Amino acid sequence: MKEVFDLIKKDFLLEIRQKYALNAILLYVVSTVFVVQLSFGRIIDDTTWIALFWIILLFAAFNAVSKSFIQEHTARRLYYFMIAAPVTVIMSKIIYNSLLMVVLGFLSLGLYILFLGLPELNPVIFYPSFILGCIGLASALTMVSAIASSAGSNAALMAVLGFPVVIPLLLLVINAFKLALQIDPGIQRIAGSLGSLFLIDAVVVILAVVLFPYLWRK
Amino acid sequence: MIKGWTWKFAGLLLILYSIIAGLFVEVPVLPVIHQTIRNLFYHVPMWFAMFVMLGTSLFYSIKYLSSSRLKDDLLASQAVNTGLFFGSLGLMTGMIWAKFTWGDFWTNDPQLNGAAVSVIAYLAYTILRGSIDERSLRARVSAVYNIFAFMLLVIFLGILPRLADSSLHPGKGGNSSTMGDLDPTMRLVFYPAIIGWIIIGFWILDLRKRKRIIEIQQS
Repeated sequence: MKEVFDLIKKDFLLEIRQKYALNAILLYVVSTVFVVQLSFGRIIDDTTWIALFWIILLFAAFNAVSKSFIQEHTARRLYYFMIAAPVTVIMSKIIYNSLLMVVLGFLSLGLYILFLGLPELNPVIFYPSFILGCIGLASALTMVSAIASSAGSNAALMAVLGFPVVIPLLLLVINAFKLALQIDPGIQRIAGSLGSLFLIDAVVVILAVVLFPYLWRK
Repeated sequence: MIKGWTWKFAGLLLILYSIIAGLFVEVPVLPVIHQTIRNLFYHVPMWFAMFVMLGTSLFYSIKYLSSSRLKDDLLASQAVNTGLFFGSLGLMTGMIWAKFTWGDFWTNDPQLNGAAVSVIAYLAYTILRGSIDERSLRARVSAVYNIFAFMLLVIFLGILPRLADSSLHPGKGGNSSTMGDLDPTMRLVFYPAIIGWIIIGFWILDLRKRKRIIEIQQS
């Protein structure tokens, strides 16, 4: 457990030290939100609002998460390989990227609301599904980034491998958001949609933990 | 895998029977689909065959991770190729069917999205394989991706169509159902068609495997 915390701390320090990466993603979010505002104006219908928001966040996630394994050079990788178990490596990456994505998600949400306004959303579904969506995106892309980096890591490969894996999750999140638009969706449907989101997150994390050791062994 | 003439003949006979009987069998007259219901015998077995092939590939990928024998990896990759072959046939027959019943080659339907995403995922798998030169690394990385993608797609195809209120596919969203209460005479053609195509799928897989082994030995 301590190893996991140490590795998260290391990633956090790296992030602080190389501020440009995080700032670049934030600037990307600002620019896209601005472009959306320019082309759609302030009032768009609710479904478009949801779709555009997740598309923006999806690309931000690709930028933020894809560097998590690709930035580790061979020598540094070998060093981690000597000192840490593969499960702790992937767990620390998943936790760190999830935290990063939740923070990034809320920042983007704030900007998005600032520029485009907020439709009436049911907070009981909205916030949990938002957080679950961010965690799911982060963990799925972490695993894809690990796969892409062992394959020689080019950005195109990351996108090609990432999209099919992320689409199920994205559709579930967008469904949950659409449910949040309704005035009274009923407790059963809320539980169904949040439950399936939780399930897919859990499956992604479990698969990552089980499969990552095979990628790590070189 | 599929050895001996009995299996191959059985597969060929079943398919031949389903193709001929599919054109002549008495079908129930339903609104909208009418005679196009016969496409059930040709379209749906493609997806069954594809999923059996992808399942086989998953099996060999898991087996590769535990055994590290390159033969398992070869079978996994060839099973994906065979599955993609059936998948593209399924997409084509499905699109023709959709044009005649729903008026468009492509509609926004959860089942269609699921099919498209799984075909894209396995095309990504082949691209991933192409991007790695070293053989054992390629086998390991692609096995990991295969398992990861398959599990997520199973969830996707399993949960999402049920969550959606509206699907143009039968049995969901108030369509004239063909699957749930399939006409008993149609079952007599439909089930043999599925079994036949699955047997042929394994035969194709076997041929591909042997061809690949010869190619590797020659190079």
